[in-house]
Amino acid sequence: MYDVIVIGGGPAGMAAAIKAKQNGSKTLIIEREKKLGGILKQCIHDGFGLIKFKKQLTGPEYAQRYTELVNELKIETMVNTYVSNLKVNGDFFEITIVNRKGIKVLFSKALVLANGCRERSVKQIFIDGTRPSGVFTAGTAQYLVNRKGYLPCKNCIILGSGDIGLIMARRLKLEGANVLGVYEVKNSPSGLTRNIIQCLDDYNIPLYLSKTISTIHGKNRVIGVDIVSVDENLKEIPNTKEYISCDGVILSVGLIPENENAESLNVSISKNTKGPIVDQNLMTSIPGVFSCGNALHVNDLVDYVSESGEIAGLNASKYAFSHYENFDEFLNLEFNDNDFLYVVPQKLKINFNENTIIYFRVKEEIENCVVRILYDNKCIYEKKYNKVKPPEMERIILKNIKLDITKSISLNLGKE
Amino acid sequence: MNLEKIRKKIKKKVGIDVKVSEELHAIKLEGNAKEWEQVVKAGYIAADSKCKGVINNILVDTIDDSISKPNFYNEELDQEECDVLIIGAGIIGCSIARELSKYKLNIILVEKEHDVAMHASSRNDGMIHPGFAPKINSLKSKMNLRGNYLYNKISEDLDVEMNKTGSLILFDSYKTLPLSLIFSIKCKKINLESKTLLRKKLLELEPNLAEKVKWGYYLPSAKVMSPYLMTVAYAENAVNNGIKLYLDTCVMNVVRKNKEITHVITNQGEIKTKVVINAAGTSADIIADMAGDRFYTIHPRKGEIALADKKVGKYFNRIAGMPEISLKSKSKGGGLIKTVAGNILIGPNAFEVQKKEDYTTSNKSLKEMINDRLEIIKSVHQRDVITYFAGTRAATYKEEFIIELSENLDNFIHVAGIQSPGFASAPAIAERVENITLEVLNKSFNVEKNKNYNPIRRKNKNLNIMDKEERDKLIHKNSDYGEIICRCEEISKGEIIDALNSPISVDTVDGIKRRTRAGMGRCQGGFCMPLIMEIISEYKNLKMKDVYKKNSESTIVVKETK
Ligand SMILES: Cc1cc2nc3c(=O)[nH]c(=O)nc-3n(C[C@H](O)[C@H](O)[C@H](O)COP(=O)(O)OP(=O)(O)OC[C@H]3O[C@@H](n4cnc5c(N)ncnc54)[C@H](O)[C@@H]3O)c2cc1C
Ligand SMILES: Cc1cc2nc3c(=O)[nH]c(=O)nc-3n(C[C@H](O)[C@H](O)[C@H](O)COP(=O)(O)OP(=O)(O)OC[C@H]3O[C@@H](n4cnc5c(N)ncnc54)[C@H](O)[C@@H]3O)c2cc1C
Repeated sequence: MYDVIVIGGGPAGMAAAIKAKQNGSKTLIIEREKKLGGILKQCIHDGFGLIKFKKQLTGPEYAQRYTELVNELKIETMVNTYVSNLKVNGDFFEITIVNRKGIKVLFSKALVLANGCRERSVKQIFIDGTRPSGVFTAGTAQYLVNRKGYLPCKNCIILGSGDIGLIMARRLKLEGANVLGVYEVKNSPSGLTRNIIQCLDDYNIPLYLSKTISTIHGKNRVIGVDIVSVDENLKEIPNTKEYISCDGVILSVGLIPENENAESLNVSISKNTKGPIVDQNLMTSIPGVFSCGNALHVNDLVDYVSESGEIAGLNASKYAFSHYENFDEFLNLEFNDNDFLYVVPQKLKINFNENTIIYFRVKEEIENCVVRILYDNKCIYEKKYNKVKPPEMERIILKNIKLDITKSISLNLGKE
Repeated sequence: MNLEKIRKKIKKKVGIDVKVSEELHAIKLEGNAKEWEQVVKAGYIAADSKCKGVINNILVDTIDDSISKPNFYNEELDQEECDVLIIGAGIIGCSIARELSKYKLNIILVEKEHDVAMHASSRNDGMIHPGFAPKINSLKSKMNLRGNYLYNKISEDLDVEMNKTGSLILFDSYKTLPLSLIFSIKCKKINLESKTLLRKKLLELEPNLAEKVKWGYYLPSAKVMSPYLMTVAYAENAVNNGIKLYLDTCVMNVVRKNKEITHVITNQGEIKTKVVINAAGTSADIIADMAGDRFYTIHPRKGEIALADKKVGKYFNRIAGMPEISLKSKSKGGGLIKTVAGNILIGPNAFEVQKKEDYTTSNKSLKEMINDRLEIIKSVHQRDVITYFAGTRAATYKEEFIIELSENLDNFIHVAGIQSPGFASAPAIAERVENITLEVLNKSFNVEKNKNYNPIRRKNKNLNIMDKEERDKLIHKNSDYGEIICRCEEISKGEIIDALNSPISVDTVDGIKRRTRAGMGRCQGGFCMPLIMEIISEYKNLKMKDVYKKNSESTIVVKETK
C-alpha cells in the first residue's frame, strides 16, 4: 500500500512526488514513457525555469533537475508503465497497471493525476477536403524532429498560433524546411508575445491573422491548401480563397487536458478548463484525488506547472496521513464567462488557513484593467494590469481569510 | 422500348438533348450536360423503362476522374496462369475468394491498392441490415436476408466480433403508428422477426432516447460488425486456403478472343485466366467496359460518416434512425450505430458525386448530418466527434445488384452495383458467385474439392478485453504485450507485431491502424504514430522515410534532420 501514487512523470508529477516524499509519504510515480520528464523531453529550446531557477533552461535541463531530485530522494518510479484502470475501493484506490512484467493492481491512500494534456487533432477543427498524410499536430512534428531526427515536410504552413506551433515554425526553418507562414483564424495570436518575436519575427516567418485553411488537397500526401480570410465572427469572407501548394500542414490549434483517468473515477470536470474542478489544495470532487499541471488546466509556463504539482503532492500526502479535514464546506469562486476563460481553483474550502493561489485567463485582451475579488460584496483584493491577454495565464495570491458559507465570493474584471 | 419517348422526357425534365440508343439490352445515353445532376437525372429517367440497364455516357466538362493506381510497372506476374481471376479485394472479392478456396482451383485475387478493403469496404457503417428495406423478391432483398443469416456462422468461423444489437426505426409522432401495420405485413411476407414498441418499451432498450421519440419498429436480426475486419478475415482465410492475393496490382485491360476472356493486363504483367470475376466496386463499369460488356453505369453516391468518442458510447447501444418518410428505394443514409469497438457511428448521408473515389468531406454537410442524427438521443454532441471520413456507394441507375454471368461472354461474371446493403449481403453474394463460377468451370473440367480447406480462421489477440490472469500470462510469455503503444485504445507493441506478421503482409501505419485500432482513438495517432512507424521500420527492415501512411505516395517523414 502506497500513501501517494502519482500518475504521470512530467514536471507536475515529479514536483508532486517530491513534495509528498519530503512530507514523509510512501510515494510512487507511474509514467508510461521510458523516461521521466513528460513533454519537456522534446522541448529542446530554452525559456524554462525563469521563475523557479531564475535561469533560461531547456526543457530537458529543467526536467533533469527534477529527475535528479527524484533519484536523490529515492522515490520509487515505474516507467514504461500504463495505467489501465482506476477504482475507488472504500478508503483507498486500486490502480491497475500494465507493463512488460505483466498486469498488476496497486493500492494507495491518495492519488495525484498529473497526466498532462494532448493536442487537438485536425478532425476536431473540421477542415473540408481530403485526409492525406503530411498533416501533423505541432507536438507530433516536434517529437519527430527533436527526439527522432526526422523532418516531416519540406514546404509547410502552420495552422494556429499556439506556442508549440510558433516554436515548431522556427525549428522546421532551422532544419531547412520552408515555412510558408503561420495562419491564425482569430485576430490576435494565441501564443506568447515572446514566442512571436523569437520564433517568427527573428526568422522572417510571416504571421497571417484572421486567415485559416478552408480545404486540404491531396489524395495521398498533402499537395496544397486553400486559405481564406474570415470576419470578426470567424465566418469565411467570400472571394478571398487562395491556393497555396505545400507538402505539410502543422497544426497548433489547442491543447486539452487528458482526463480520461479522472473521468473514469467520476471526477467532476470543468467545462472551462476541461480539467477537474478543484479546491485550494487541488483536490478534485473525489476525496483523495488531486490534479495538477496540464491535466488541471493548460499552462504556458512550466514553473507554474511545478508549483501546482507541489501543492497537489503536499496535500495528497497530508490526506494520506489523515491530517486533512475531509468534511468540508465549499464556496464556489464565481466569475463571469464573458470576462474569463477560466479560474482555478473553482471552489474554496471554508476552513483554510493558508494563502490561496488563484490562476486565471481572461477571455479577451484588455488594457489598463483591474482584477478584484469580491467577498460578501466587498473588495478584498485588487490588482492593476497594464495589459492582460488570453495567451498569458495570470496568477494571484489571496491572503488567508475566513469564509462564511452563507456569503459569496467572486473574481471580477473591471476598467480602471 | 420507346427510345424516342425517353429522349423527349429527358429533354423536357432535364433540359438536355441527348442521343438515346440501345446496346446489350440496355439504354445508352450520349451527349453533353452542364451539371452532373443533369447526368444523374437523365440516367434515372432512362432506368425507368423496361431495360437491362443504363449506359450513361453523357459528359459534363471533363473533370479528371482518375482512380488511384499503383505508380509502377513491371512484368512480375507475366507467367501467372489461373482458373479464376477476381478483380477487387473489397468485401465482395474477398468473400468470393474465400468461398472458392474450397475447391482445387488456382485462384488469383488482384487489388490495385496496397491493402485489402481500401474503398467502400472500409468506408461504411458495418451494419448487417435485417433485410427489411429492399423491395420484396428483388435480388437485394434475397441477398440481404440470406447474407444476414449466413453471418451467424461465418462470424464464428472467421472469428470476427459481431454484435446482435437489432435495429430501431424511430418515429416522433403517434400519427405514424399505422405504419407499423404495413411494416408487419411486409415482415410476415419475408419471414422477418419484428416488434412495434411504444416509448416506454423503447426506453428499456435505449434509455437515452430524446423526448420527441414516440414509438419505434424493432428488427432484432440487425447486427453490427467492423466491415474492414470482416474483409481482412475473409482475405486471410482465403490466403490460408491457398488463393494468391496480389496487392498493388491494377487491371488495366481485359483481352478477349471471340466470346471468351483469355487474359487481363495489369501493371505487373499479363495474367491468363479461365474465368474473370468483376468485383471492382465503383470501378466495375470500367472493367465491364474493358471486356466490351458494359450494360450499366456506376454513378457514385457519396456518404460521410462521423465517429464519436468511446467516452460517450454508454449513451447508446444499438442501431437506430429516424427515417424521412419517402418511397424512393435509393439509399439515403443512416442514423446512429454503436460499433463493436464501442464508438457511436453517425451517418452516413448521401449525395451524388461525379468522381468514383471522391472521399472529400465537407464541414457543412458533416455538421448538418451530425446534428440531425444526434437529435434522437440525449447527451451526445458534435464536440464528441473524434474523426470522420467518406465513402462512395456503387449505385447503378436500376439501383439493383448485378450478380450474373455475362450474356455475351462465356467466362465473365459481373458482381456490380453492390451498394448498401452490400456488406450485409456479402456471404450470400459469394455463395451465388461460387455457384455461377462452378457452372462455368464444370463445362471444361471437373472441379474437385480442396482437401486442405480449413474454414476456420483465428483473429490476433486483443489484450485489453481479456481477463487479467490471461493477459498477465501472455505478457509473461511475451513482454511486448505489456508495452502499451496506443494509449487511447490501449494497444500493445505485441499486438502491433502480430498484425505485421499476419497472413496478408501489412507495412503501413493505416494497415496497422485498421487491424489493431492503434491510432483510432481520441488523439488520432498524435502520440503513437511515430512509435508505430518505428516498429514497422524495425520489423519490416524499412528506413523511416519508407514507412508510409497507406501507400508509397503517402510519405510521412521526408528525410533525416541535419
Ligand atoms: C511545445 C511546448 C513548448 C513549451 N514551451 C515552454 C517554455 O518555453 N517555457 C515554459 O516555461 N513552459 C513551456 N511550455 C509549458 C510546460 O513545459 C508544460 O506545460 C509542462 O511541461 C506540462 O507539464 P505536465 O507535467 O503537466 O505535463 P507533461 O509534461 O505532459 O507530463 C505528463 C506525463 O504524464 C504521463 N502520463 C499521462 N497519462 C499517463 C497514464 N495514464 N499512465 C502513466 N503515465 C501517464 C505522460 O507520459 C507524461 O510524461 C511548453 C510546452 C510545450 C508543449
Ligand atoms: C457511406 C457508406 C455506408 C454504407 N453502409 C453500409 C452498411 O451499413 N451495410 C451494408 O451492408 N453496406 C453498406 N454500404 C455498402 C457497402 O460498403 C458496399 O456494398 C461494399 O463495401 C461493397 O464491397 P465491394 O467489395 O463491392 O467494393 P469495394 O470495397 O469498393 O471493393 C472494390 C475493390 O476493387 C478494387 N479495384 C477497382 N478497380 C480495380 C482494378 N482495375 N484493378 C484492381 N482492383 C480494382 C478497388 O481498389 C477496391 O478495393 C455502405 C456504403 C457506403 C459508401
